[in-house]
Amino acid sequence: MLSYFLKRLFSLVPLLLGITFISFLIIHLAPGKPSYLKEMNPRISAEAQERLIRLYQLDKPILVQYIHWLKRVIKLDFGNSFADGRKVIVRIRERLPITLLINALSLFFILLFAFPVGIISSLKPNGVFDKCTTLFVFIGFSLPSFYLALLLMLLFGIKLGCLPISGIVSFNHSQLSSGERILDIAKHLILPVSVATFGGLAGFSRYVRANMIEVLKQDYIRTAYAQGIGRGRIVCKFALKNALLPLITILGLSVPGLLGGSVILESVFAIPGMGRLLYEATLSRDYPLIMGGVVIGAVLTLLGNLIADLCYAWADPRIRYQ
Amino acid sequence: MRGLVRRPLIFFILSLFLLFPSFFLYAQEDNQPCYGDAIIVGSIGEPITLVPILAADSASQDIVGLVFNGLLKYDKDINLVGDLAEDWEVSEDGLVITFYLRKGVKWQDGVPFTAEDVLFTYKKLVDPHTKTPYSGDFERIKKFEVIDDYTIKITYKQPFSPALASWTMPIMPSHLLKNEEDFKHFARHPVGTGPYRFIKWETGSKIVLEAYDEYFQGRPYIDRYIYYIIPDQSTLFLELKNRNLDYISLTPLQYQRQTNTEFFKKNFRKYRYLSFGYTYIGWNLNNPKFKDKRVRQAINYAIDKEEIIKGVLLGLGRVCTGPFVPNSWAYNPAVKPAEYNPEKARQLLALAGWKKKDKEGILLKGNERFEFTLLTNQGNVSRRKCAEIIQQKLREIGIKMHIKIVEWGCLLDLIERREFEAVLLGWGLSRDPDCYDIFHSSKTGPREFNFVSYKNKEVDRLLEEGRRVFSQSKRKEIYQKVHKLIYEDQPYTFLYVPDALPIIDARFRGIEPTINGIGYNFIKWWVPKDKQRFKR
Repeated sequence: MLSYFLKRLFSLVPLLLGITFISFLIIHLAPGKPSYLKEMNPRISAEAQERLIRLYQLDKPILVQYIHWLKRVIKLDFGNSFADGRKVIVRIRERLPITLLINALSLFFILLFAFPVGIISSLKPNGVFDKCTTLFVFIGFSLPSFYLALLLMLLFGIKLGCLPISGIVSFNHSQLSSGERILDIAKHLILPVSVATFGGLAGFSRYVRANMIEVLKQDYIRTAYAQGIGRGRIVCKFALKNALLPLITILGLSVPGLLGGSVILESVFAIPGMGRLLYEATLSRDYPLIMGGVVIGAVLTLLGNLIADLCYAWADPRIRYQ
Repeated sequence: MRGLVRRPLIFFILSLFLLFPSFFLYAQEDNQPCYGDAIIVGSIGEPITLVPILAADSASQDIVGLVFNGLLKYDKDINLVGDLAEDWEVSEDGLVITFYLRKGVKWQDGVPFTAEDVLFTYKKLVDPHTKTPYSGDFERIKKFEVIDDYTIKITYKQPFSPALASWTMPIMPSHLLKNEEDFKHFARHPVGTGPYRFIKWETGSKIVLEAYDEYFQGRPYIDRYIYYIIPDQSTLFLELKNRNLDYISLTPLQYQRQTNTEFFKKNFRKYRYLSFGYTYIGWNLNNPKFKDKRVRQAINYAIDKEEIIKGVLLGLGRVCTGPFVPNSWAYNPAVKPAEYNPEKARQLLALAGWKKKDKEGILLKGNERFEFTLLTNQGNVSRRKCAEIIQQKLREIGIKMHIKIVEWGCLLDLIERREFEAVLLGWGLSRDPDCYDIFHSSKTGPREFNFVSYKNKEVDRLLEEGRRVFSQSKRKEIYQKVHKLIYEDQPYTFLYVPDALPIIDARFRGIEPTINGIGYNFIKWWVPKDKQRFKR
């Protein structure tokens, strides 16, 4: 098992190199130029533009630029952002906590609601409960999040006036006691987390439902019924355990999603998160920052996959890796 | 009795005062500016850097403008007046500018401001290792002499009148930055001479500034300036409606349709004035179709600008007649916008050889159909709508126009490579009318801004002269001629000058819109004591 793990871990290295190389190539070959060069301002003379290109070393061949970048990244130095000259790591670090918090909370609530909904629906597929919840989760899935967000802001922020509209802290946050601060942040998080949860409910609840239906058809469930075991015990103990297995993979795949924010939600709620950071970086062709985001995303995806595989092996005795 | 008759006015006021003493007391109190309160400004964009010589985006400049001062600034009538410089002189031949700096100005950390700081700022601007986009104007300096602590003599290679405007560039403190290699710390902790001190910047959410007690033009009345970053226009508006913001810019739709309720009338004041910028179609003049002046003029007749202003800006703007906007002193009021006249357009096109039409009704010249693509950038709804109106108008005279909307960075790339037929874009203008970089024939190279490749010898000559001459009245004559010639040539189809539409909480007093907008006297804005919302 350990040797398998190590083998997998090492095989990630060339994969990661490949991902960064291709991303680097695509990002640099895309039309457009970084930060100042994108301003259409006659005060920026052609000479000044050329000087900036030299200072950013964009005049060198792409391969040379990539090797420079790689050399730094091996030492865990992602370089400085073109936009403001600050370290890429610093810029990402200041955005990470809030994104992580919102995504973790919404993932928690998604699981909290998706499981009961999925399980109960699976007991009577196409029953009244199933149809109603299906309709509900699909409304959440198909409603554009920015629209729902604006409607909720209008209702709770302006009509009822009980929740803040945007941001993550109130105007007077620094004057509050620590208890009040937590409450303040919690109040600000209610709307964005609800919108994110509502939008993500469909996926998980449908997976749970489908897996449960599949498992409930199995022979051993029938055997269990035949043995006179209670329905609750069959569903919760025999069926659910097996229905959960495929979800490990899906959870593993949502690991990178924890750190990637939604541009739309973050913009509408004015949350300074990762989504906005990387979106703005892309629009201003801030190559080092984009690459920082790519590397983090790639590492997390690969690790998430690996962990999911390992968990699978641990949870399912039928699967053994050599 | 005779005495009273002789001075009826005094008698009248005296009697009023005796009858309604409280009215006068109240009126007096209400007009007496007082200190205190905070203003909360909402902005879509976040500043990138607060180093003045690096700040290229408008959000950065909003903050930089409050923390720093230039040597000169523009007053309410858009005249250059002294800021950190008390006075200045231009030599007879226009080569030497001498600045006499204000004495007793202190940086916000208490260190006196001197000529050394100006020299430092200049050196950083022309230092090849500085990532500044603004080196151009300062590369023209031949010699920079510090005569004494408060006198600077700057010699230019050639006379260059926009140099004066270039010295509105904010000055940076030498004593703090001498040893800082790349401004990394300063970019987020600026120290200036301006009316507001930098307090903190919470990335992605807000920037807080505080009044600088020893500001040389007097402490601003409003204690704190808080800049909230809300990247979504609808959220910005909802926060305003919730009275969490005091000051935002409205869209035409919000101005015309969403802010006429009792609530808004009671709590906010809307302002409306012409902005310093215009929207236009730039024609690639190397393209054989658009080389012919008559074709460009025909298109100008075929596009109904009033309709565009009504449809896109809901009436909040004015027809543009050339490279200068009505609020600029260079604007030539004698240039009248061409009327909407499709018949005249057809005649002009016929003269240029576009006579026959094919089955689809598209004009033909030989075997070539009059068909082209207009490029514009993604994310700008008014430009998209504008393009759609133009598309329809041109179709009516037999021209088929396609619209292609591309991402901003890609659009600039296409323009740089000159791979376009026509672009719909806007210019934001500086207060100085010098537009050499946009219309002079020497500025058609890659990365230069005469990307339509406009060439007119007379315009070239005038633009050169406009840079040599310092007298504003002479420059006015020159630029008015430029205005007329460019409108005649139509290298651009000038569309409209949009209105700026700020909305501000009604408790703020002292706001006086002029042709230079409302921001010029921000330090004089104030809130009556009983209306102040934020106590310290």
